[in-house]
Amino acid sequence: MSALRNPDPGARYHVELPEPDDFDFWRETARVLVQCGIAPDRVSWSEPGGGVDLFASGEENVPVPPADARPVRANRRFVSLARNAALHSDPTRFALLYRLLWRLQANPRMMEDKADLDVRRLEELDKNVRRDSHKMHAFVRFRLIESGDEEEAGEHYVAWFEPEHHILRANAGFFMRRFANMRWSILTPRGSLHWDGQTMSEGPPAQRSDAPGGDPMEDLWRSYYASIFNPARLKIGAMVKEMPKKYWKNMPEAALIPELIAGAQGREAKMVEQGKSVFSGEFEQRPDTLEAIDKAIHACRKCPIGQLDNHAVMGEGPQDAALMIVGEQPGDQEDLAGRPFVGPAGQLLDVHLEKVGIDRRAAYVTNTVKHFKYVQRGKRRLHQNPGAKEIDTCRWWIESERAIVQPKLVLAMGASAARGMLGKTVSISKVRGAPIPLEDGSELWVTAHPSYLLRLDGPAREEQVRLFDADLVAVKARLAELAG
Amino acid sequence: MASQTILQKLEILADAAKYDASCASSGTAKRNSMGGKGIGSTEGMGICHAYAPDGRCISLLKILLTNHCVFDCHYCVNRKSSNVVRARFTPQEVVDLTLAFYRRNYIEGLFLSSGIVKSSNHTMEQLVEVARILREEHDFRGYIHLKTIPEADAEIVHRAGLYADRVSINVELPTDSGLTRLAPDKDARQIEGAMARVKSDITELKDAHKRFKHAPRFAPAGQSTQMIVGADAATDSDIVGKASRLYDNFGLRRVYYSAFSPIPDASAVLPLKRPPLIREHRLYQSDWLMRFYGYKPAEVMQATEADGNLPLDIDPKLAWALKFREQFPVDVNRATKEQLLRVPGLGVKAVGKILASRRHRTLRLDDVARLTLSITKVRPFICTVDWRPVMLTDRADLRSMLAPKSEQLELFTA
Repeated sequence: MSALRNPDPGARYHVELPEPDDFDFWRETARVLVQCGIAPDRVSWSEPGGGVDLFASGEENVPVPPADARPVRANRRFVSLARNAALHSDPTRFALLYRLLWRLQANPRMMEDKADLDVRRLEELDKNVRRDSHKMHAFVRFRLIESGDEEEAGEHYVAWFEPEHHILRANAGFFMRRFANMRWSILTPRGSLHWDGQTMSEGPPAQRSDAPGGDPMEDLWRSYYASIFNPARLKIGAMVKEMPKKYWKNMPEAALIPELIAGAQGREAKMVEQGKSVFSGEFEQRPDTLEAIDKAIHACRKCPIGQLDNHAVMGEGPQDAALMIVGEQPGDQEDLAGRPFVGPAGQLLDVHLEKVGIDRRAAYVTNTVKHFKYVQRGKRRLHQNPGAKEIDTCRWWIESERAIVQPKLVLAMGASAARGMLGKTVSISKVRGAPIPLEDGSELWVTAHPSYLLRLDGPAREEQVRLFDADLVAVKARLAELAG
Repeated sequence: MASQTILQKLEILADAAKYDASCASSGTAKRNSMGGKGIGSTEGMGICHAYAPDGRCISLLKILLTNHCVFDCHYCVNRKSSNVVRARFTPQEVVDLTLAFYRRNYIEGLFLSSGIVKSSNHTMEQLVEVARILREEHDFRGYIHLKTIPEADAEIVHRAGLYADRVSINVELPTDSGLTRLAPDKDARQIEGAMARVKSDITELKDAHKRFKHAPRFAPAGQSTQMIVGADAATDSDIVGKASRLYDNFGLRRVYYSAFSPIPDASAVLPLKRPPLIREHRLYQSDWLMRFYGYKPAEVMQATEADGNLPLDIDPKLAWALKFREQFPVDVNRATKEQLLRVPGLGVKAVGKILASRRHRTLRLDDVARLTLSITKVRPFICTVDWRPVMLTDRADLRSMLAPKSEQLELFTA
């Protein structure tokens, strides 16, 4: 071993990397420098395009290590972090990596010491690069160019992206694996990538104007972005944290952000307002007496029925009744009289109750909808069925009545009354004749509305009357059981 | 109807899908389109291609096939009795939209759900058809999440799992009584039955895949579910209990919580007050405690207050620590991993770093500060060689010292 070939222990060295992301070159050089025993403070590193380092002076030729030099050790964790950290735009990264590699020779387990400043810095660089790569996977936006050229026929997707670090080449594989059968290019200020479906090629740095300016599909994408956003949950900080503003200029949807934020308050207020039209502040406490309900339903305008020229009709009967009979809504006569079940249907009901021996005066009789819904035909007001939504809106009142009276058994007459109890529309012929348990422990029986019987004739009417009576008989028997 | 353009349909059907919390695209089998005819890849980690101003990740094209629905669930904007504008995509339209977005790198894939039209089986068939066209006709290798309909036949749901990366069935509400009241057409036993079948399909085909390389994959990203918080009277204790039973019984990947949010044209049986968004956040934190910090469901429930709900002003881990002060301070140089994980302010990563570093040095407070986000939060609960909290855990005002200064949690509190 000649003395001349031995490294000069006092010499300073300068290493220029061929490419800013050439980790393998750094690794080879660093290995030799460590073997030659050249301490970190005697090496400076630079990269093409990087500014001139005033202190970057020294021998450019890397010495040859002695033949008996010990192999350089670096654990896998260090190599994987270093490979990624080398892509960072921090000009001091190669010096940091070399310092760590140098220190690792003395303390092979140094990477475990997370409180060490160099280790922490390496992890930070790695994290920044990983994040930049991840954001590149996420925020690259391709635009389609239809090429009319004979040779270049077909679709070509081109993106313009501005990464913060030297990550372009390292991420070529991701886009190749994902868009393997597409022709695409990614242009960046640091270089460009082109994939033709078979091979990857690299190109020189590009400018924004080299990329296409738009794509008709972006209108659909922007409309998706605006629609999927829930204005009731504005969290701008969370958005900006994950999608920093520096990326916005190359994302077609980001142009919408200011107007979405500005409009959110209005849109949410509108959503709340639409909700409020059904239950406003005055509804917040359930009325706790029947008198309070009576008073409140007269003022209720929560659905269109309440806005007609009519009066609310309150239920009537003992407050501790075991049986609650629920009809659909007041009719013309009930509206005028202000009492439930006094018209033709009510009279028919009385006949049948008497026939099977149920005392109407012992029952609490009410309606699921509190106001009379009608259409005016000349002098007459014609009954109209309440809609599902109107029934649901009015459930608030019938539930309040139930909470106070606490009947053991509720007899719902007709589909509207059944919906008012169950919240869903059921078929009477399917559910009649058997109890349905309710949430509060009471039970529901469903039967036809007496006005239905009034509309029928002949054998059909006889059959329905028989079923109606049978239901009433069953209810009476069940009431006796519940009382006993 | 025929006059609606794709753009109008997209607006309606994306808007209708925004109440679904999940948009995850992670944890599925790795694949790419090299050597295939089509497009797409999944590489383990999900990618959020954009973030909306509500802070939520946009990873998938999340839409409904249609918002027509024969069901009448009160919390749902698409229920039968609601007056919203309706629209309907054909399966081919959804396929074209998915591919056009995917080629431009807007999305990771598709999350398709639907209102129930005609019948549960018909609707489920349509959802599966979208996935079939994507996978078989276009060799699409991106991510697909299909919402499955518990009322549909098991055979159709099974086919969904063969095409999709993830399937999900919403339990909707934390209690059965809430479900009966607010979703009268749904049945808790049917929902859990469907989840159990999906679980056994996943287990069976995962096992087959281990032994036979060409066995079909079944929902490699597993199944998840969603619960609406604040629409019924369930307390946080009820919800935590329900979630842990779901994790145990059905091997779910995730339980999503969605704070009941005011919906246009709401039904009158809904609660009058919107739950604070922070409640949803606290539930996710408690979910994390159970999944990554070794807390048992009963322990999370210990952190709730007298009304059965988690405190809103402090996180559940801090709430637990304040209730069990005798467990602290913990010596960071000696304590076990389990003990360190209980220290408020120490996350799983920070605990890992502490365990690794203390093999090399005796940790001082400055060292711990470097390994954690906020030393002020951690300090009252630990000791190091140069730090001991002086009677700090005995102070009555510790909670107010540590609780974040009152900030406006909601923009539009009434």
